[in-house]
Amino acid sequence: MAVCVAVIAKENYPLYIRSVPTENELKFHYTVHTSLDVVDEKISAMGKALVDQRELYLGLLYPTEDYKVYGYVTNSKVKFVMVVDSSNTALRDNEIRSMFRKLHNSYTDIMCNPFYNPGDRIHSRAFDNMVNSMMMQVC
Amino acid sequence: MEPGPPGGPAAASATSAAAPAGLPLSESEQQRYSELFSRCCPPPEAAAGGSSVGELFRASQLPPDTLHQITEVCGAKRVGYFGPAQFYIALKLIAAAQSGFPVRIESIKNELPLPRFVALKNDSDVRYGTPAELHGVKFQVPHATLEKNSYKRTDEGDKQEPKSPPMSPICSPPASPSTYQRIPLTYGYSKSRSGLEQQHGAPYEVRHSTHQQDGSSSGNYGAKPAHACATLGRSLSVEREQPDSNAHYSDDPWRITEEQRDYYVNQFRSLQPDLNSFISGSVAKNFFTKSKLPIPELSHIWELSDVDCDGALTLPEFCAAFHLVVARKNGYQLPETLPDTLLPDYLQAASLKPLRDCALFDSYSESLPGSQQTRDFSRTEKTSAEEVPDNSALLQDTKKDDKQALKVSTAVKTIPKDFQHLTVKTAPQEPNALKARPRSRSYSSTSIEDAMKKGEEPPTPPPRPQKSHSRASSLDLNKIFQQNTQAVRSGWLPPPPPALPPRPSVSQTEQVSEVELHPQMNRPPSQAEENSSAKKEVVLVQPPSKPARRKLRTETQGLETPELSPTINVTSSMQAVKPHLPVQKQSSKQKRAIQTAIRKNKEANAVLARLNSELQQQLKEVHKERIALETQLEQLRPVTVL
Repeated sequence: MAVCVAVIAKENYPLYIRSVPTENELKFHYTVHTSLDVVDEKISAMGKALVDQRELYLGLLYPTEDYKVYGYVTNSKVKFVMVVDSSNTALRDNEIRSMFRKLHNSYTDIMCNPFYNPGDRIHSRAFDNMVNSMMMQVC
Repeated sequence: MEPGPPGGPAAASATSAAAPAGLPLSESEQQRYSELFSRCCPPPEAAAGGSSVGELFRASQLPPDTLHQITEVCGAKRVGYFGPAQFYIALKLIAAAQSGFPVRIESIKNELPLPRFVALKNDSDVRYGTPAELHGVKFQVPHATLEKNSYKRTDEGDKQEPKSPPMSPICSPPASPSTYQRIPLTYGYSKSRSGLEQQHGAPYEVRHSTHQQDGSSSGNYGAKPAHACATLGRSLSVEREQPDSNAHYSDDPWRITEEQRDYYVNQFRSLQPDLNSFISGSVAKNFFTKSKLPIPELSHIWELSDVDCDGALTLPEFCAAFHLVVARKNGYQLPETLPDTLLPDYLQAASLKPLRDCALFDSYSESLPGSQQTRDFSRTEKTSAEEVPDNSALLQDTKKDDKQALKVSTAVKTIPKDFQHLTVKTAPQEPNALKARPRSRSYSSTSIEDAMKKGEEPPTPPPRPQKSHSRASSLDLNKIFQQNTQAVRSGWLPPPPPALPPRPSVSQTEQVSEVELHPQMNRPPSQAEENSSAKKEVVLVQPPSKPARRKLRTETQGLETPELSPTINVTSSMQAVKPHLPVQKQSSKQKRAIQTAIRKNKEANAVLARLNSELQQQLKEVHKERIALETQLEQLRPVTVL
């Protein structure tokens, strides 16, 4: 169960960012922003020749005391960043991967929509619902 | 929330119905059930009204599948009505289901807590705040344009009947919208609608308990206030209790009538001659953009209707999308999920058999004029329609189409012709578009079966479509071009609404520029009211009619419109639009009404002009005074300054 989900465009601005509305959400925004550096680092580490073989799922970007940040990059350099609560015990890697896969599928669905301009903020209700299903249920 | 068990269960309330044999009920249960039963079933009748029962069940917040099961198990389906025995069994089953037991006769032999119904009050002072809000939110039909639909107004005002509990807010579709099909049709619709129906006792069928193949459309007939006029009168006489499997087509805004379907098919054909093939995303986008709905709404409509998410519309998807556009323009809120009757599978099947009930056909066309009044309202939403960037990734498309639109706007054309142009233009681009969107998920072949094969979604993302920019700079270029083309674009050709009888299109004021459109569009609906009665059918069916222009024409160029209208009437009647007898009778009435409206407006004009000149006069005088005062001041000043 994610605490914050963000979709970042290739130019590193957010297309969609959504957090659990408990505390200071800016903190999550900040986290996501700083994680972009790590993402870039991982991408560049692969080298240009390996772009095709680079796996989309980047794994744990960095852990902090309260939460962990996972990353995923698509072939067009659209990044998905997910912040997960550390106390949430043992969210396994598979689960994170599947969550990213769902995100990616929803993202491609949005892309299908001819009324969506790539680079616009994402306002799709279907996407919102899907992200909601992934977010932690906070009472 | 648990309504408190009835206090003092000692004295069982008088109930004519005894518990069914073999079903142990505690005293509190007995009392509660009998209360509920008497609420749902007015005493003289022996069986509970299907609609009120349906609502009660929905208030239990169980998933609809469970409710259907319950209905079956309790025997209501078998006997066809909810007698006391069935009702009690059903209530007990609800309690069982809420406690987590399976829906079986065995599970109700045990001791169970009382079934819980959300927001179900025992008192009679239930207030309809929620359903009224829902109602208002969902329908957004402006009061001013509803003079015909007094039904609806009284519904909102009349909240006295305690027959149904206030419904919990709309947002509780039980399943994720990613599976469009099985969701009970915007739960909110059924709830708000049943609020409606209770208030004026309209016996819309409660379908939840009879389910045909698709388990959902409970209370499909959601919200049809605009259709209230003719259809309501008829449906009031319909039996309530019988949850029968015959849909009441006239009540359902999401059901496509035969003539609508034909119209949509024709439109599809104009875009794509092969009915078995797709319309690509860009073509469809240009087409729907002409409807001048705001882009986010169009985006949502696309999301709803492109079920297989392949970026292209098959014929049923196209019909669904078109229908949603039409509904939206008539003021209906878009549902969160695709209604069942708009599913491609359903539409595929439906296309094979014509709708029964020709009577409804007439009523539909009659009642549509009423619903068209809501267009005025939807108009005010679209003030920024022109500013919304035209999102076509293919730049050539936008430019050409804009020029096309410009040409169209300056000449009187009918839709088929326009679409011919459009088809001509887009035909060469279509193959490009198709190639540009190679998606491993969409087998963009020209057969529907392939499109339907959508089931698997590959884990790897499909290759990016070519036309989406790949560099940051091109993004800006896109936007720049769009802004340029917006300036050029000055007209549009909306897909006409489905009521197809040709009306005199007095609204053929193509000469009117867009600039005038904007201020006019903000005119309060009250203005539209007086005009709308004259114009309501006018815009309706005319293929080239532009609802936006409808308001203008009364203010300006009233003279031209009567001249235009006969010609347009003739041409339009030649079109694919089917003439209807009742319509032609009204066309002359229309003209007279329009002319009186024109006269009135001219008088208003004259009055305003006079007022204007008077005010100018006053202004001049005030200026003179001011100058005089200033000179005095100047004269006095040297005296004061020492």
